Amino acid sequence: MSLLDIKNLSVRFGDANAVPVVDGLDISVDKGEVLAIVGESGSGKSVTMMALMGLIEAPGRVNADSLQFDGTDMLRLKGKQRRNIIGKDLSMIFQDPMTALNPSFTVGFQIEEVLRQHMGLKGKAARQRALELLEKVEIPGASSRLEAYPHQLSGGMSQRVAIAMAIAAEPKLLIADEPTTALDVTIQAQIMELLVNLQREQDMALVLITHDLAVVAETAQRVCVMYAGQAVEVGSVPELFNNPTHPYTEALLKAIPEHSLGAERLSTLPGIVPGRYDRPQGCLLSPRCPYVQEQCRQQRPALEAHERGAVRCFFPLNLTSEVA
Amino acid sequence: MLSFIARRLGLLIPTFFGVTLLTFALIRMIPGDPVEVMMGERRVDPAMHAEALHRLGLDKPLYAQYFDYIGNLAHGDLGESLRTRESVWHEFITLFPATLELSLAALLFAGTVGLIAGVIAALKRGSLFDHGVMGISLAGYSMPIFWWGLLLIMFFSVWLGWTPVSGRIDLLYDIEPRTGFMLIDTLLSDEEGAFVDALQHLILPAVVLGTIPLAVIARMTRSAMLEVLREDYVRTARAKGLSPARVVFVHGLRNALIPVLTVIGLQVGTLLAGAVLTETIFSWPGVGKWLIESIGARDYPVVQNGILLIACLVIMVNFVVDILYGLANPRIRHQR
Repeated sequence: MSLLDIKNLSVRFGDANAVPVVDGLDISVDKGEVLAIVGESGSGKSVTMMALMGLIEAPGRVNADSLQFDGTDMLRLKGKQRRNIIGKDLSMIFQDPMTALNPSFTVGFQIEEVLRQHMGLKGKAARQRALELLEKVEIPGASSRLEAYPHQLSGGMSQRVAIAMAIAAEPKLLIADEPTTALDVTIQAQIMELLVNLQREQDMALVLITHDLAVVAETAQRVCVMYAGQAVEVGSVPELFNNPTHPYTEALLKAIPEHSLGAERLSTLPGIVPGRYDRPQGCLLSPRCPYVQEQCRQQRPALEAHERGAVRCFFPLNLTSEVA
Repeated sequence: MLSFIARRLGLLIPTFFGVTLLTFALIRMIPGDPVEVMMGERRVDPAMHAEALHRLGLDKPLYAQYFDYIGNLAHGDLGESLRTRESVWHEFITLFPATLELSLAALLFAGTVGLIAGVIAALKRGSLFDHGVMGISLAGYSMPIFWWGLLLIMFFSVWLGWTPVSGRIDLLYDIEPRTGFMLIDTLLSDEEGAFVDALQHLILPAVVLGTIPLAVIARMTRSAMLEVLREDYVRTARAKGLSPARVVFVHGLRNALIPVLTVIGLQVGTLLAGAVLTETIFSWPGVGKWLIESIGARDYPVVQNGILLIACLVIMVNFVVDILYGLANPRIRHQR
């Protein structure tokens, strides 16, 4: 059984008729697996995971058939029960580490808070464990950093502290929401390496939200490509990279600068993600798709399984056998 | 931090001279002089009048009077009241605890009610409570103190009879002024019921004086809280699985308090200015009432030096608030 199994998740902001930001999404993650969710800004990657954590506030509305995590349906949990799981078995780190830490409290306090909340550690024991955690996330001079305030840390250091907080209660699943987007290129690699090492050491599952396909290729076992709130392709690495079956995935891969070496211009997909008022009647990609057919403009395709994964397209690419 | 303190202290000097010049000039712009007021309505014999002015040194040219005044100040001499012949410093220090007690009570009232109302309004943004609190605080801020005070006296003291109309304590009690704070002195005395009586006298003036600061604090708390609750670190705190109360009061309020603290500090000036009116309405024997009476009597030394002392006090308080601000905000504390 999967560790995480999201079935038919929809998130809307506003009333029940509002255009969904996440639209009928299915995602599953196995124990110890690394799943990458990729897609451009506004495709619903972060909102999906915020919904799982229960961090969507009014006027946001979360609907799903189930949000199974570790045998519990997160959707049916009441406040206190949910709070016993998030931050413990299910934790998350965010995009901008410089704002994700509370400026008024020391690093030590903010880590110990998790230990007190979920591990029942207090006083010296909590301090000792916080120190170990800082060492685990490879912060130099860890003991002196416990008393530091967030503004005294660099972006990379802050992200390490945020990671220490997230793994403090030994989670089964860590969600990393664009953990390196706000950081320098050199630091990005270090943070990714740290995350991958921690994932292996602690045998935790990792959901990596990113739009950096190079990072995906190096770290993830499976990829879910999202477009306008829907999963358009799910597949394993490296097959998805070698033989993308969805036109959108293909376009994403072509837009990697290295793939355009020698070309005059970087390959791009014309147009933008459909907004609230210009959602096409048919396939959501149809206005931008280079392979668009009449059927695509009329009907919306469903996510269909095939031999290597699943794709939401009437005319998938690179498939030997036709999709049913 | 040390250079910061030195710079702030340096700013005191021009402020100090500005205040002396202003009060010196303003009190002399009011028609009449101390002798006329003392002698009453009837025409005074011009010779006697001139003689009295000469005795007080008020016949000298204005610049000479000002230099005399500054010269005395330089020697630490605040002069004596023309009415009572008491030293100004002694009168001030006797009356000041009453004003301080009133101001602290008002600030306590404004701070607690304002913080709580502001936080709840922010949490329930757009609700009836939110609109209610913001509406009432706007009304409270706009209310003239003397009218608001009279309204409350009429309602609570005259109609309902819940609180006394004026003064600090009932005349029945004979309280020895040990600290000058009536609440403490009544506790130290063995007069039964005196403490409760003092408290009853204090409530209404404190509410009146605290109304404007209350409105300011409530509005500031609300907006600071709304801003803070949108911050990423609040989302982080929620993602840790902390209780909503802990997220709001530890992670939210701690950061929202920083601007609120500054506003509270700035309210001290408002409080002391409001105390002048409030004390007059409630016959509260404090510095404010003393100043009003001294202006009426053209008691130049009292007005000049009383206002100077209060101005110094306001500057000191703002100075302390600046330091507290640094303590509350680690980002400032660690500069330099």
